[in-house]
Amino acid sequence: MGRELQFEIFRYNPQTPEVEPRMQTYTLEETPNMTLFIALNRIREEQDPSLIFDFCCRAGICGACAMVINGRPGLACQTKTKDQSGTITLHPLPVYKLIGDLSVDTGVWFREMYEKTESWIHTSKAFDPAKPEERMDNKTAEEIYELERCIECGCCVAACGTARLRDDFLGAVALNRIARFHVDPRDERSDAQFFELVGNDAGVFGCMGLLACEDVCPKNLPLQNQLGFLRRKMGITAIKQLFRR
Amino acid sequence: MQTFYSDLLVIGAGLAGERVAVEAAENGFNVICLSIVPARRSHSSAAQGGMQAALGNCAMGEGDNSDVHFGDTVKGSDWGCDQEVARLFADAAPIEMRRLAHWGVPWNRVVPGQSFYFKGGQKFEKYEKPEKEGLITARAFGGTAKWRTCYTSDGTGHAVMCTMDNRCAELGINVVDRKEAIALLHDGETCMGAVVRCLRTGKLETYLAKATAICTGGFGRIYKATTNAVICDGGGHIAALDTGLVPLGNPEAIQFHPTGIVPTDILVTEGCRGDGGTLLDVNEERFMHIYEPDKAELASRDVVSRWMTHHMREGKGVKSSYGEHLWLDIRHLGDHHISTKLREVDEICHHFLGVDPRTELIPVRPTQHYTMAGIRTNKDGAAYGLKGLFSAGEAACWDMHGFNRLGGNSLAETVVAGGIIGAKIVEFLMGYETRFKTEVITQQCKAQEQRIKDLISGKNGNENVYDVRNDMQEALMKGCFVFRNGPDLEETVQTLEKALERSARVGLHSDGAGANHELAAALKIRGQVKLALCIATAALTRTESRGSHNREDFPERNDRDWLTRTLAYWPDDNASKPDLKYEDSSQIFEIPPGDRGYGGGSIIPADEEMVAERTVKKQ
Repeated sequence: MGRELQFEIFRYNPQTPEVEPRMQTYTLEETPNMTLFIALNRIREEQDPSLIFDFCCRAGICGACAMVINGRPGLACQTKTKDQSGTITLHPLPVYKLIGDLSVDTGVWFREMYEKTESWIHTSKAFDPAKPEERMDNKTAEEIYELERCIECGCCVAACGTARLRDDFLGAVALNRIARFHVDPRDERSDAQFFELVGNDAGVFGCMGLLACEDVCPKNLPLQNQLGFLRRKMGITAIKQLFRR
Repeated sequence: MQTFYSDLLVIGAGLAGERVAVEAAENGFNVICLSIVPARRSHSSAAQGGMQAALGNCAMGEGDNSDVHFGDTVKGSDWGCDQEVARLFADAAPIEMRRLAHWGVPWNRVVPGQSFYFKGGQKFEKYEKPEKEGLITARAFGGTAKWRTCYTSDGTGHAVMCTMDNRCAELGINVVDRKEAIALLHDGETCMGAVVRCLRTGKLETYLAKATAICTGGFGRIYKATTNAVICDGGGHIAALDTGLVPLGNPEAIQFHPTGIVPTDILVTEGCRGDGGTLLDVNEERFMHIYEPDKAELASRDVVSRWMTHHMREGKGVKSSYGEHLWLDIRHLGDHHISTKLREVDEICHHFLGVDPRTELIPVRPTQHYTMAGIRTNKDGAAYGLKGLFSAGEAACWDMHGFNRLGGNSLAETVVAGGIIGAKIVEFLMGYETRFKTEVITQQCKAQEQRIKDLISGKNGNENVYDVRNDMQEALMKGCFVFRNGPDLEETVQTLEKALERSARVGLHSDGAGANHELAAALKIRGQVKLALCIATAALTRTESRGSHNREDFPERNDRDWLTRTLAYWPDDNASKPDLKYEDSSQIFEIPPGDRGYGGGSIIPADEEMVAERTVKKQ
């Protein structure tokens, strides 16, 4: 016999506003290697088919199932129940718009972020199918990939003090995105152009340095290093621009 | 009901869908992409290993070219593929990889000098030429003659997906997430778009388009044990099959991956074996080299899966509370390799097994992985049966994979086929005008609204959708897995027919409001059982063994009778079985049917005259 687990789950469906937000309790017997993916699906299929939550790859690769687990943002699929106490409290991520219960709208938020950061390679070169690829140092390729590992789960933003205070804060994920293009030699944007995108309180200078983003990142991305690096770069760029005036 | 118009409607925003969309948008067409999840969460992003393309830059890829890639693909398919398509693919793949590099994919590059690699647990040395420094490098994968798999560490799918989605953002393509197409709009001749359920509000919407492309990936979720994401549930296939006009190609061709971890069936990449990982049995001894002396762990997936199952049947499996399994050993690859090139594997072992692959073995067994089956299209990606309907990627049976896909060819197919078929869609759209028949549209939308009302009200009955799904999944595991035989398949068909009857009586146990999941499941369960029945009946009818389709009672590959592709139609909703028709696998042979060179088994040869007639030399 496994433990009897108690789940305290936030419930609210914006499509039925007459039913007020509340916490609901479910109990489930723990089985070996149980994750929140297994547990939540069992609750929905055996106890309450109205429960709303998101999973996609269920393997820690896609970032769909981020939620607040016992007060801390994390991926539900890779949270093992055996690492939690007998009572597991689940809330949806803050900051993002609620779709229902544990599901939030990260898609729209991230789409806006791509547009604000112009999240693509800016190059004046055209692709020539007849030519071999442009060469790149393998180390550089690995450095870029290191920053591209972000799965856009949204945990860093949900854990961010500034993002909770101001709607326009881009968050660690966006600054990491900028850093990714900054190290990429294919992107021809200058520091001054990057400054235009993130050289303000909504960008690099808004961070209060609480470090929660890096603490909760399920991919262990070096978010603080990137922020520090960008801040220094953007600071220098700002000073240069002052003198140019 | 809200209505949206575009030139091209792409259903599915994974790599294939977005690549098609990019091609059309670059040519000035207005495109809408629909996706159940934010595009970057698509299952494409889970592909760890890499993409095959014959660039021939690295030392072990020297001398590679598209002919060799083509040959491997045809052999891998067990001569089940369309050779014209495999040729289009192999020729275009290198260009497409370079294009991806131009768009921003951080491919791993050639590092000159001496380095080491592992094969079959042994250490070997290689030397990368200085003149190749910085070009796209490659790694080994199963079933290939050369190292040909381009990669970015072990997050290839993720990295390419990011780049492709960036490209969509740059072009301003309207990628709309949390939208699920539940039916195609058509008048029996022309496809006009789709009826779509918004997964934010639960409301129905209409998307009208001159061309529609289904790029919804595979449907592994109809199996109990699968590596697929939960969204790979056959939605696109069901919409196509429900028209009664569009057939499913080769439904019996389902691939099982040798290394799904036990018990959660999460995939660890073939890169593990490509990089020199070995399979061990209960005695911690290697066994693949006994069955396949030459290729060993690097034989194609169907072969490795079969020998693993065989070895477990011989009593060499490891007993566990989740059934028997074998071991994957990557300990000898060392900390640096595991923590960089196989980091996802490291994380999966840590998070889902509590195992450190540097010092411990990984429990693995064959698991459903890929559907070679799919919406049958011609070589332009145009679906059979409906004008204006296209399909690309895993969702399609374009048919470069035949009866077994090689590792690294699926991710490559998404972008290569997406590019080729995208260009064909552009040709189709040039100067094309159409009329949307509002009466047909209104009628079909109403029918969908009624379906939802009936499910919510319980008008048809109160069968639990999850129970029906469970019966279907168990039935496929029993009869349509790695090994198949007549009696088991017959039983499976019977079980599935019962499940089909029950699927008509499903009723919701919740209110179905908003982003309700039970409603989504209920809307597709009947179609899923139909897909399952297509697999089972086609597998029962195909009395031979080819690629991943392995009949214990018909062990030969029978080219005399079965050098064919199955076309499964679902004639109308009241039918209890699909109509099976057949067409020739390939109109031409650049490589006439022959031995794959691995996997054993004998061949009943095809008619020599027919083969001679169709055999062509490459121009």
